Amino acid sequence: MTPDLRRLRLPWLAMVVVIVLGLSFVAADALYAQQRPPVSQSIAHRQWHWPTWEQWRRVLSLQDYNTRVVLFGATMLGVAAGTIGSFTLLRKRALMGDALSHATLPGICLAFVMATVLGVDGKSLVVLLAGAAVTGVLGVAAILVIRRYSHVKEDSALAIVLSVFFGAGTALLLVAQKTPGGHAAGLETFIYGKTASMLASDAYLIAVVNLLVVGLCVVLFKPFKVLCFDAPFGASRGLPALLLDSLMMALVLLVTVVGLQAVGLVLMIAMLVIPAAAARFWTENMGRMTAVSGLLGGVSAMLGAGMSALLPNLPSGAMIVIVAACFFSLSMLLGAARGMLVRGLRRVRLNRKVDAQHLLRAIYEQLEAAQALPPTPGGAILPAIEWQSLLRMRSWSRGRLLRAIGRAKRQGLVEQLDADTIRATAKGFAEAARVVRQHRLWEMYLITHADIAPSHVDRDADLIEHVLDDAMIEKLERLLHQQQRRETVGSPHPLSLET
Amino acid sequence: MIFAIANWDWALDGWIIVAGVLCACGAALLGNFLVLRRMSLLGDAISHAILPGLALAFLITESRTSWVMFVGAAVVGVLTAVFTESIHRWGNVDEGAAMGVVFTTLFAIGVLLIVQAVDHVDLDPGCVLYGAIEMTPEDPIIIWGREMPRVVAVLGVVLAVNALFVLAFYKELKITSFDPELATTLGINARWMHYGLMTLVAITAVASFEAVGNILVVAMFVVPAATAQMLTNRLPWMIGISLLVAALGAVLGHVGAMVVPAAFGYGSTTSAGMMAVAVGLFFGLALLFSPSRGLAPRLVRRMRLTGQIIAEDLLGLLYRNEEFDPQQTMMFAELSAAIPANRLAQRCVLLWLVAVNDVVRDGQEYRLSEAGRDRAAALLRAHRLWEEYLVKEGDVLPDKTHPSAERLEHFTDKQLRRRLDKETAAAAIDPHGKPIPPERP
Repeated sequence: MTPDLRRLRLPWLAMVVVIVLGLSFVAADALYAQQRPPVSQSIAHRQWHWPTWEQWRRVLSLQDYNTRVVLFGATMLGVAAGTIGSFTLLRKRALMGDALSHATLPGICLAFVMATVLGVDGKSLVVLLAGAAVTGVLGVAAILVIRRYSHVKEDSALAIVLSVFFGAGTALLLVAQKTPGGHAAGLETFIYGKTASMLASDAYLIAVVNLLVVGLCVVLFKPFKVLCFDAPFGASRGLPALLLDSLMMALVLLVTVVGLQAVGLVLMIAMLVIPAAAARFWTENMGRMTAVSGLLGGVSAMLGAGMSALLPNLPSGAMIVIVAACFFSLSMLLGAARGMLVRGLRRVRLNRKVDAQHLLRAIYEQLEAAQALPPTPGGAILPAIEWQSLLRMRSWSRGRLLRAIGRAKRQGLVEQLDADTIRATAKGFAEAARVVRQHRLWEMYLITHADIAPSHVDRDADLIEHVLDDAMIEKLERLLHQQQRRETVGSPHPLSLET
Repeated sequence: MIFAIANWDWALDGWIIVAGVLCACGAALLGNFLVLRRMSLLGDAISHAILPGLALAFLITESRTSWVMFVGAAVVGVLTAVFTESIHRWGNVDEGAAMGVVFTTLFAIGVLLIVQAVDHVDLDPGCVLYGAIEMTPEDPIIIWGREMPRVVAVLGVVLAVNALFVLAFYKELKITSFDPELATTLGINARWMHYGLMTLVAITAVASFEAVGNILVVAMFVVPAATAQMLTNRLPWMIGISLLVAALGAVLGHVGAMVVPAAFGYGSTTSAGMMAVAVGLFFGLALLFSPSRGLAPRLVRRMRLTGQIIAEDLLGLLYRNEEFDPQQTMMFAELSAAIPANRLAQRCVLLWLVAVNDVVRDGQEYRLSEAGRDRAAALLRAHRLWEEYLVKEGDVLPDKTHPSAERLEHFTDKQLRRRLDKETAAAAIDPHGKPIPPERP
């Protein structure tokens, strides 16, 4: 972690400077604004009414019909998007949903205009969703064509389809709003969503789609999994990769199209990406990940919609995404499998183990150089050594060495005689002999089998000695025809007590 | 005529087009490097994510003072890039997914903040998405004694800054885009170039959002550069072409916004959307017709090669037939049965051979003309020389040489035939006992 921090330091500093500058501009402006008469109330004076007990009770006990419908529909959508999202994330198509959902807008508007011209009700959900699906498919097809038949990269293909289709969509939206006889006032809900005014029929439609998506994901779990991790392998085993891929995209399209008017276009992308990315931190098992992702999607949709119903002035689509983002941050920090905390702990533990082994080996080599090794391991009392002398054997700082000694003392590997001298215990010496043996076995291996000069093997062996397991040691012994007694071999090169 | 349909008004439409062109060129200039670095979607992410910056700056300062919102939004824009990078690096998350998490979250926060402010301000998210390019001339400022729209001045400055950045750091940008490791060994800090570029992308997105809406910026970041990438491999040309495409797209888009809906009996539509469609159209054209790598030229080249090979196979067949009996001619059915290709393609190629007078037609029968015999002899010479060479130098069994020679004969020119002749010691008979035709002048 340390080198990353070091590399990031300069840009971060620059960012801090920019932010401080920006804030000071803002502060200066605010000071200036204080001298002016206030135009209107600012956010600081805004009244925040904490919901009364009565309101809590109504929302929590799902008394309002409307709240019930919205919570149900949003949760269903969250589960569906989370489930299919985990597959697209692993397929590295997380942003395909982005392009897809933007590409539906021209279809929606075109369907509205055509339906109005033909005299059908332009705002019938079926018509609009059909239009959305058509241009969504066209968008995906365009991405696939560009990727397959030109050297334009995938990210550019996504961005091109996204912006051009959406541009066409906005142009058509304006046309739709000017269509004589049409009443297009509700079409923007497809961009921003209108969760709070979801109808029961919408919620049922979402529920059906949810069942379909989750059902297909369960039934086709294995083929989808193979497709995500190793598509060529799947194809070689006779899996219809193209068909499965298309099916996966079709499911994404389905969820996107029904979700559009619930949470809106941009926030639909979030529903597809965030729960899946959060679930990835919790487990390495794909089945569990899909389940966690669906669960997180459902829970964040429910919480977001609930908060929106409870508190005034909170748009539900945005709240759902913000709740999901909170889950994501928590998962990134605390996730059990890949969270930053767990990975940091693992790294610290490894560093400590490595330090302890370095300490023991340094003690051993010190004794060996002084020809003070006991004739048989165990039993005899070892001579004490000054820990200061260990400082010169490796490039470690005084603090690091002292911390390593302190930990080794607690584990009973060394004991401290007085302020300057320490002594390895019998247990510590046995461990030291083992580590030294691993180090020298690897050195011998490098010299005899990799033709590396004896003066160069120390550093390489230094890296590998900590991760050699028993099976590997046995293999090395057999390879090197060493004596079979578990004793330490001599060092193949002169030991230096100074770095 | 177009101007008449569209109620053209230079004072109004002129400024709209100027604003569109400035925005398009400013974005396209940086877009080249985004596309080359495979970060096309970062433009999209940043231009969505600036929303909370705008909203926060507004809520704190209670004013729509441009530069405050400008700074707020630009800071958030750069933060998008920083957050994406951090999540990607520290959370081990796929870069696309990290971007998706960051920009949707920031957008949601922006929507939330705007709703808090909505009762006393008209800062609606719609304005961020579509922009209000049509309003351009309604907000004039005076610069050097001349009145011009504020948006045009801002976008002009942004374009100038972008151009200066690209000119000043051209070499560094180029190297870090193509090979960051090499750049590091040369002592160029790839990270600084990255964040410098991101800062300018954010500034461009912010400057453009109120004029033209973010969807046009996203389109202009990526589409002109990708179009240019279809047409050339050289960076200076790519930048030039992308600027041209962006400017043309802006002009065409505005004209289209007035003319296209009018053709269907509707009023004019949003220019920003149509500008995105116009550059998309250019990209489609480049994808189809780019001389070096377009789909259509590639298809034509492939069909011409197929035609050439069928023609040579036909000539070779007629020649071999003449070897048995110089007087014999062949029917189309006999020719067709001997060559593995589509019958329609064969008939077309045969008609063409007759037209260029390589083959002579007698009713239903076909035979070689003098010119055709020369061509066929050269082909068979190549074929049989290859067979001889493969047996002699390649240790291939004589009865296994035919398929290789059948492929090689189509790509063997006179020089290579002379070389083969030398290598096979001017053989006159091929491994199957057939005579190798002599080289004709």
